Amino acid sequence: MAEPLLDIKNLCIAYDTRAGDVPAVIDFNLTLAAGETVGLVGESGCGKTTVAMAVMRYLGRNGRVTAGSIRFQGRDLLAASEADLRRLRGSAISMVYQEPMAALNPSMRIGEQLAEVPMFHEGATHSEALDRARSMLADVHLPDPGRVIQAYPHQLSGGQQQRIVIAMALLSNPQLLLLDEPTTALDVTVEAGIVDLIGEIGRKYGTGMLYISHNLGLIRETCERVCVMYSGRAVEVAPIHELFDAPRHPYTRGLFDCIPLPTTDRFSRPLRPIEGQLPLPQERPEGCAFAPRCSHAQAGQCDRPDLAMEPAGHDHTVRCARWREVGEALQEDIAVADATVTGPSVLKVENLRKHYVITETPLMVRGGEVRTVKANEGLNFEAFEGETVAIVGESGCGKSTFARVLTGLEQATEGTIEFHGDEIGDTPVHERPPEQVRDLQMVFQNPFDTLNPSQSVGSQISRVIRKFGKEKDRGRVRERMLEMLDLVQLPRAFASRLPRQLSGGQKQRVAIARAFAGDPSTVVADEPVSALDVSVAAAITRLLLDIQKRNRTTLLFISHDLSLVRYLADRVIVMYLGQIMEQGTVEQVFNPPYHPYTEALLSAVPVADTKIHKRRILLDGAPPSPLDAPTGCPFASRCPHKVGLVCETTQPPRRDVGGHSIACHISLDDLRDAEPVFSELAVAAE
Amino acid sequence: MSVAEDRHSPAVSAFGQAMRSFTLLRESLVAMIGTGIVVFWASVAIFAPVIAPFTGTEIVVPFAMPGDVAPDGRVFWLGTDALGRDVLSRVIWGSRTVLLYAPLATFAAYALGIVMGVAAGYLRGWVDTALSFVSNAILSFPVMVLYVIIITSVGASALNIVLAVTFASGPGIMRIVRGLVLDLRNREYVAAAQTRGEGAWYIMLIEILPNARGPLIVDVCLRLGYVTITIGALGFLGLGLPPPNPDWGGMVSENRAFATVFPHMVIFPCIAISSFVLGLNLLADGLREISLRD
Amino acid sequence: MLILILRRIGNMLLIMLAVSLVLFLLLEINGDAVAAKVLGAFSTDEQRRLWLAANGYDDPLYTRYFRWLSGFLTGNLGESITFQAPVAEVLWPRLQNTIVLGALTMAVVIPLSLTLGVIAGMRESSVTDRVISIGSVLTTSVPEFATAVFLSAIFVFLLGWLPGTSAMINGFDPVQLILPVAVLVIYDFGYVTRMTRASMAEVMTTNYIRTAILKGLPFRRVITRHALRNALIAPFTVIMLQINWLLSGVIVVEFFFGYKGFGSLLLEASLNQDIFVIEACTMIAVFVAVTTQTLADIGYGFLNPRIRFQ
Repeated sequence: MAEPLLDIKNLCIAYDTRAGDVPAVIDFNLTLAAGETVGLVGESGCGKTTVAMAVMRYLGRNGRVTAGSIRFQGRDLLAASEADLRRLRGSAISMVYQEPMAALNPSMRIGEQLAEVPMFHEGATHSEALDRARSMLADVHLPDPGRVIQAYPHQLSGGQQQRIVIAMALLSNPQLLLLDEPTTALDVTVEAGIVDLIGEIGRKYGTGMLYISHNLGLIRETCERVCVMYSGRAVEVAPIHELFDAPRHPYTRGLFDCIPLPTTDRFSRPLRPIEGQLPLPQERPEGCAFAPRCSHAQAGQCDRPDLAMEPAGHDHTVRCARWREVGEALQEDIAVADATVTGPSVLKVENLRKHYVITETPLMVRGGEVRTVKANEGLNFEAFEGETVAIVGESGCGKSTFARVLTGLEQATEGTIEFHGDEIGDTPVHERPPEQVRDLQMVFQNPFDTLNPSQSVGSQISRVIRKFGKEKDRGRVRERMLEMLDLVQLPRAFASRLPRQLSGGQKQRVAIARAFAGDPSTVVADEPVSALDVSVAAAITRLLLDIQKRNRTTLLFISHDLSLVRYLADRVIVMYLGQIMEQGTVEQVFNPPYHPYTEALLSAVPVADTKIHKRRILLDGAPPSPLDAPTGCPFASRCPHKVGLVCETTQPPRRDVGGHSIACHISLDDLRDAEPVFSELAVAAE
Repeated sequence: MSVAEDRHSPAVSAFGQAMRSFTLLRESLVAMIGTGIVVFWASVAIFAPVIAPFTGTEIVVPFAMPGDVAPDGRVFWLGTDALGRDVLSRVIWGSRTVLLYAPLATFAAYALGIVMGVAAGYLRGWVDTALSFVSNAILSFPVMVLYVIIITSVGASALNIVLAVTFASGPGIMRIVRGLVLDLRNREYVAAAQTRGEGAWYIMLIEILPNARGPLIVDVCLRLGYVTITIGALGFLGLGLPPPNPDWGGMVSENRAFATVFPHMVIFPCIAISSFVLGLNLLADGLREISLRD
Repeated sequence: MLILILRRIGNMLLIMLAVSLVLFLLLEINGDAVAAKVLGAFSTDEQRRLWLAANGYDDPLYTRYFRWLSGFLTGNLGESITFQAPVAEVLWPRLQNTIVLGALTMAVVIPLSLTLGVIAGMRESSVTDRVISIGSVLTTSVPEFATAVFLSAIFVFLLGWLPGTSAMINGFDPVQLILPVAVLVIYDFGYVTRMTRASMAEVMTTNYIRTAILKGLPFRRVITRHALRNALIAPFTVIMLQINWLLSGVIVVEFFFGYKGFGSLLLEASLNQDIFVIEACTMIAVFVAVTTQTLADIGYGFLNPRIRFQ
C-alpha cells in the first residue's frame, strides 16, 4: 500500500487552562490518501478543529501535542522546524476557514493578500503573482477577477469572500487542503455553490481534503470517508455508504436520529434526541465518554479504560465495547405527535409593507437622496389556532423584520395585521393592551444572548408571570415559575442559577419557559435552534412542539432550515427579498409545482441520507440588496427558469390552487411538469 | 469549538483551583497589589487621628529635617515644612481630603454620566443628538483649561471642586455608558423585555445597566485615579482647598520655594499621591484582566 | 469620503460656535462684572457706567455676542488688563513657546510609545510585555507636578546637572527645555503605549493574522504587512487626542518651571481675572483641541478602508 498523504497516529492534544491540563484530543488515528476527501464530523467541543490545527502545528500558546505523531508524505510534522513549517504552510498544506470575513485582512486589497502566496512560496515577482491570483479567481468562478483583485474584503459578499479564501489556499497547488466548516456562516444557496466548487477542486487538482463539519448532510455530499468524533475521541471511521447505511456506534446512530430530513416529517420519522449533554473535557468518564448518554451502556464493559477502535467491517472501525450486541432494532418507539387540528383564525396579515427610508443628507442639509429598503413587500397570509406556520428564507429576506412588526417593536408602513380580530400593525407594543401583549410572545435565536446575564433564571420567568398578571401572590408566582421549569424539563434547582451556569440548550429551554409563562395564544420562534448542536436542537424542537400541541398555541416558526420546516410545520411561507414567493401546506410546497426559488432552495439542502437522490440546481450570485430591489420578480436575477424580460419588469401574478399559492410568471401547469427535487434511489449508487 | 469555551459549573470556577495557573496568579497579583495600596490609604484616612503624631495644622518648628525631634520629644519622621508643621502628619491628614473629595466627585460625575449615557444610548433620536452635542462641546475643552476657568470664576472651595469635576467628567462617562448601552440594547433579552411591554425606564435600569457594570467598575478605578491627579494639580496650582487644610497638591504648592534645599517638604506628598493613583490603576488593570477571562 | 470630511468640518464649526456662546455667556453676560474687572475693584459706579456705554455694553445681548464673535474672527481680541497691551501681542510669543514645548514632547512620545506598544503587544504576556506594561502604568500614575518634583530633586538638587527653572530670562536656552519636556513625556507616553499595546495584542489574536501565519509568511512579514497597519489605526486617534491632554499638562508644567508659555499665561490671566486674555486663550485651546479631533476622525477614515470606501 502506498504511503498515505496524511497519517495521524495516537495523537493526544491538551490545552493548558485555568482548570489545569485539559485533554482536547485523545488517542486519535486517521489516514488520508492522496486525492481522497475525508470528513471529520462531530458536535462543538469534540476536538475536530483542534485536529486540523495540530496538522498545521498551530495550537496557540496554551495547546500542545502530548503524544502521538502526525506524518505528512512520510515526514514527521511534529519534528518540523519553524522554517520547515513556514515552507509547508500555505504551500503543501493549506487551509480554508469558517468565517471568511474574519480570515481576510480588512485593510489589504484582495490582490495583495493572494499574491503573497506565490511570492513567498515560489519566489514569483509581484506582477506574476497578481496574474496567478487573477486566473485562480476565475477558477473559483468569481466574476470579474480584475475588479475583485482591487477590492477590500468588506466590499464583497460572504460567498465571494469564501471563494477568495479557497483561491488563496489553492494558489500554491497544495497536496492537502484542510476545510474547517467552510460554509457554516453562509446561506444555503451560497453554500451549495461552495460545496460544488469543493467537489470540483477534488476532481480537477486531485487535492487531498480533510473536511470538518457538524453537518452530516454536507459530509455526505463532499466526502468519501468519514470520521465521527465525540468528546475528543474518534468513535467511528468508515466509508460514507458504510457509515450512513450501517452505522455501528450508538452515538453515530443517535446523530442520524437527531437530524430532520427534507423528505420526512414528524409522523413518518420522529426525531429522537440524545439524552443528556456533552461531558466537560475535565469531567469525561472513564472508558467510553458516550456511556452516560447511551441506552446500551453496561457497567463493567463500557467503563473499561482501554477501549480501542475495533474493526467492524471493511475499512470500518468503531470504538464501542458492545457494537456487536447493539443490533439493528434498538430504538424503542416514541410517541408520535398528533396531527394538527386547527381552530379559528388567529392572525390575518393583509398586504403588509414595511419600508425603511434612508435619507442621505450630507452636511445635515435637507433634500438629500432618499432610498427605500423594502424589507416586507405586500405580505398576505393567515394563521389558525394550534397550527405551525413556518416562514422560510435566506438572510435578508425580511422574515425577522416581519417578526418585529408583528410583536410591535416596529410599525407597518402599510397594510394590516389582524390579531384575534384587532388591528395591531401600526400599534407599538407599549400601546397595546396587556392581554394582547401577553397573547403574542417570542422565542429568540441566540441562546447566549436571550437571557439577561445578571438575573437568575427564576426571576426572569417570574417577571413574566407577574407582568402578565397570571399570579399576584408571591408564593403562587414562585409555584408557577417552578411548574414552568418542569414543563421545559429543567430541574427546579435551576431557578436560582445565573444564565452563565447553563449550557446553550438549557438556556433555550429557559427562554421557551419564559415565552410560554404568560400562556400566550401565539408564539413567534425566530430560528430557535439554529445556534445549537444537532442533538440539542432535536430535543428543543421536540419540546417546543410538545408544549405547542398541549397549549394549542399558534406557532410562527422562522427558519432557514428546510429540513426542520418539513419536520414541524403544517404550512410554509417561502420569502425572498421581502416578498412571499410561495405558500401552502408542507406537502404542497415540498412537491411540484414548485416556485423556481423554492426548487433551488430545496436542492441546496444537504441531505444526510444515501437513499435519497437530489436534483442539483445551482444559483448564481447572491440575492440583490433590498436597497435597489428590482421592479419585477425579485428572484429574476438568479432564476434558472426566467421566461424573459417580463420577469424583470412586471410583478409576477399570484397563482392560487387549493390554498397553494405561487408568485411566478410561469403557469402552474408548466411548473407542475418539474421533476421532484428528491427521489428515492432503488439501489445505492452515485 | 475550542475546549477553553467551558461551561461554568461551580466546581470549575472555584477560586482555589484557578490559583493553580501561574498566569492567573500574576494577573490577580496586580489586582491584589492595587487593592493593598488602596486599602492602605483608606485605613490611613480613617485612622488619621490615631496614627498622626501631630494635628497637621499646629505650628511647631520650621525647617526641621526628617528624623529631627520636637521640643516635646515627638519625632518629625518626615521633617516639617516652612511654616513648621509636621510633614508626616500633614500627609496623613491630607489623605482624608483626597479620599473624601475624589470619590465624592467621581460618583457625582458618574450619577450624571450614567443618566445621560443611558438615555442617549437607549432612547436615541434627538435626545442622543442633543446630549452628544453638549458632551462633545464640553469634551473639546482641554480639561485643565476647563477647571482653571471654572474654579477661578466661581472660587476655590470643596463644593466647587466637586461640581467642576462632575461637570468636566460627566460627558466622558456619558460617552462610555452610551457606547455600552448602544451595544447592549441590541441583545435579545432586551428585545424579549420589549415584546412583553416593559417600560423604557425598566429596560434601561433593570435590563441594561446591570450588564454594563464590568467595564464601568474598571473605569471607576481609572477615573478615580485621574480625579485624584486633577484635585492634586488644582491644589498645586493654588486652586485647591483653601489653607490651612492639608491637601497633597497644596503641600507641594506651599513649599515649592524651598524645594531645592528642603526636598522632603514636597517629595513625600508627591509619593503619597502617586502611590494612591498607582494603586487605583493597578486595581483597574487587574479587574480588566479578570473580566476578560470570564 | 468627501462627505465625511465636510461633515466633520461642519460639526467642528458648530462645536466652536457652541463653545464661544458658552464662554460668552459665562464671562460677559454680566456687563457690570466685566467693567469691574477691567476698571478694577476701586472704580466708581459712574466710571463703570461710562465704560459700559463707551464699549457698547448697553446693546442687546445678541448684538454684543455677534460683535464679540466678529472681533474674534478678525483678530481683534481686546486689550489685556494686566499687560496693558493688545491680547494678540501678548499671546503670540507665548503660543510659540508652547508650540516648541509641545512639538518636542510629541516628537519623543510618538516614536517611543508606538515602538514600545508594538513590541509589547506583539507577544502578549512575554517578559518584555510585562516590563513595558508595568512601566507605563507606573509613569501614568504619577501626576505631572510630582514627576517635576522628583526629576528636580534628582537632576537639580542631587546632581546639579540641569537648571530648576525654565524662564529663559537670558534668551532661548535649549537646556532649560529638557526637564519640562521630560515631565510631559513621562506622563503622556504611558497612556499611548498602553493603547498601542492593547490594539496590537488584539490584532495579533485575530483570524486574519492566523491566516497570514498559516499562509507560511515569515513572522516579520506578518507583523509589518498584516498586523501593523491594522494595529496602528486606534493609536493614531489616541495620539491626535493626546494633544488635548498635552494642553492640560502644559499648564502645570509651565507653572512649575516658570516657562513663559500659553499655559502659564492662561493661569495668570485666570488668577488676575484678565477677562479678554482668558477668552482668547480658551478659544485657542478649544480650537486646537477640536481641530485635532477633526483631523483624527478624518485620518481614521483614511486609514480604515471600511470607512474610506463606503
